[in-house]
Amino acid sequence: MNFLQNTALGLTLGMAASSFALADDHAKELTIAIVNNGHMINMQKVAEAYTAETGVALNWVSLEEGVLREQVTSDTATGGGQYDIINIGMQEAPIWGAAGWVEPLKFGADYDVEDILPAMREGLSHEGTLYAAPFYGESSMVMYRKDLTDAAGVTIADNDSWDNVKAAAAAMHDPDNGVYGACLRGKPGWGDNMAFITTVVNSFGGAWFDKDMKPALDSAEWKAAINFYVDLLGNYGPPGSEGNSFNEILALYNEGKCGLWIDATIAASFLEVDGVAYAQSPNAGNPVGANWLWAWAMAIPAGSPNAQEASKFIEWATSKDYVQAVGNHPDFGWGSVPTGQRASTYAIPEFKAAAAFADAEMAAINSAAPGATDLKPYVGVQFAAIPEFPEVGSAVAQEMAAALSGAKSVDDALAAAQEAALSIMTEAGYYE
Amino acid sequence: MAIVAQSSKVSRYGRPVLAWGVGLLFFFPIFWMVLTSFKTDADAVKPEHLIFFTPTLENYLNMTENYDYWRFARNSVITAVSATIFTLFVSIPAAYAMAFNPSRHTKDVLMWMLSTKMLPAAAVLYPMIFLAKGIGLYDTHILVITVLSLINLPIAVWMLFTYFKEIPKDIIEAGKMDGVNTWGEIKEILIPLAWGGIASTALLVFIFCWNEAYWTVRLTTIDAATLSKLIEGNRAPEGLFFGRLSAVSTAAVGPIVVLGWFCQKQLVQGLTFGAVK
Repeated sequence: MNFLQNTALGLTLGMAASSFALADDHAKELTIAIVNNGHMINMQKVAEAYTAETGVALNWVSLEEGVLREQVTSDTATGGGQYDIINIGMQEAPIWGAAGWVEPLKFGADYDVEDILPAMREGLSHEGTLYAAPFYGESSMVMYRKDLTDAAGVTIADNDSWDNVKAAAAAMHDPDNGVYGACLRGKPGWGDNMAFITTVVNSFGGAWFDKDMKPALDSAEWKAAINFYVDLLGNYGPPGSEGNSFNEILALYNEGKCGLWIDATIAASFLEVDGVAYAQSPNAGNPVGANWLWAWAMAIPAGSPNAQEASKFIEWATSKDYVQAVGNHPDFGWGSVPTGQRASTYAIPEFKAAAAFADAEMAAINSAAPGATDLKPYVGVQFAAIPEFPEVGSAVAQEMAAALSGAKSVDDALAAAQEAALSIMTEAGYYE
Repeated sequence: MAIVAQSSKVSRYGRPVLAWGVGLLFFFPIFWMVLTSFKTDADAVKPEHLIFFTPTLENYLNMTENYDYWRFARNSVITAVSATIFTLFVSIPAAYAMAFNPSRHTKDVLMWMLSTKMLPAAAVLYPMIFLAKGIGLYDTHILVITVLSLINLPIAVWMLFTYFKEIPKDIIEAGKMDGVNTWGEIKEILIPLAWGGIASTALLVFIFCWNEAYWTVRLTTIDAATLSKLIEGNRAPEGLFFGRLSAVSTAAVGPIVVLGWFCQKQLVQGLTFGAVK
């Protein structure tokens, strides 16, 4: 028993000592919270050169998207200082900038802030001040099997009509041979099915909220868009689509089971089937196309003791030089450079040769309009940049999945979604 | 007679076949995870490389070179071992008191302890984070050890209480008559008699601590991050990195599977104790 007692005491004291020792001031050390994806993983390797040059050690905390949001939000809101640099998305950047949770970013003239694609700059700013620098960005587009459309005698054009897209999906649909006309997101989640559904609604002329910020889910535009979505995916999609999001569809596509897929432009760099062609997202005859806009960006939590060092790192990691460093890195190459952030990247011949999707991606990003308009009184394309949106989006997402699976009619699902959204917004104090 | 012979034949061959079938069914995901860990990310999602593929150690090398696997593993060992010891240190005297000196509230206390397991962890997540940051313990071993110990205490007390109840009270009484104090009773009489039960409890608590993910992911960043956090960090919303994820998962669950394999007798004893009386 003495042994047990001594061990317990020793361990406890040992832990205490090591914890406090490790918690002391990390001079020349940055802790960076990143979302786990290919570009971010590559950055850890490429940044070894940064450490060698500057002597700044980098601690990477790689997290799944949901957990990253949870940790970064709680840390930033409480001024916790666990991280010196955080990965945030386009939904958070303007809100957190307005709340003073992240530092405004100011870089030297060499950084060439004008080179950042205008849509990205606008989406990551609040009142003209940039609060997060884009590491990579994306829009959405149609990725379809040209061999299948040719065989079926159909075509898909840029900004095609939804009716034509549906006709193409119907022509390619051959479930007996394991090919489904259209693979689209159905898994509930504000960043999953609602990312795609919102763009369909936008293209039908609808929006999340009206000019008084009242939910507009009971509008004719939403009804038309959701009926179309359920019809398209229900009739020409793979079975169990209500469980499919990016990764599930990517697997199906690479197995040759999808005729067309409308999703994030980054998907193009993962496609391994032959004969893929690209087209700009469809629309339903109004000025807003069905393409979204997203960026994973780097920001500095307000009050970070290492803000100056953090700013220097962000300046390097989102610069033109970084793109060159990845392109010339022996482990990666031009097919692996982060895209969607800078116009200059799309002018690099080596990159254009390595990425067949480059032109389509840039066109999609440039045509996305995140700013508030008469049609929608909020910033954001496939989301609304308000703090309540994740809650509203998640509630509505469940109803849309229920409509897709047939558990509810479209009308019932939209009515329930409207009620849930109204309740959340009322509780948040938007109106009496 | 023929029916009896047939029935005995069924039970002779049928049961082992059923047992093997169920065993293989449960083992299959682990087998698949280990198999996938030796595939590249590209091969892991190709149907033609489902079984036949060129094995690679690339994922394991990547894990140790780029993700500092050994730091996470060290933290898992430190926190799981310390939390197990601390849990036993508190639960043995608690279970002793309730088994040998019960009061009219003992049952209620036991039920209350169990009821704390019914509280959804998410309900206290933010208070815990604020508290941990407020007292400067966020991302420290002490915090993780304390939390792991507290969440496993109810189970440990219940298990030990059930074991201790089986020990005749007279033996403890005899010790008292010989002038042994309470600590002496626990040390000299109770622990040697209930050693098997204590070992089973320790093993289960250790497994629960090792596998715990909700709190260890959310209350740590770098210094106290365990293997659960390493697995969590390898989940990607955009991209199929199944080879990489499988390697990390295999390396994280490997030690506990080996431990469980060698201690399966004690584990089964611990899990089924009191089930058949």
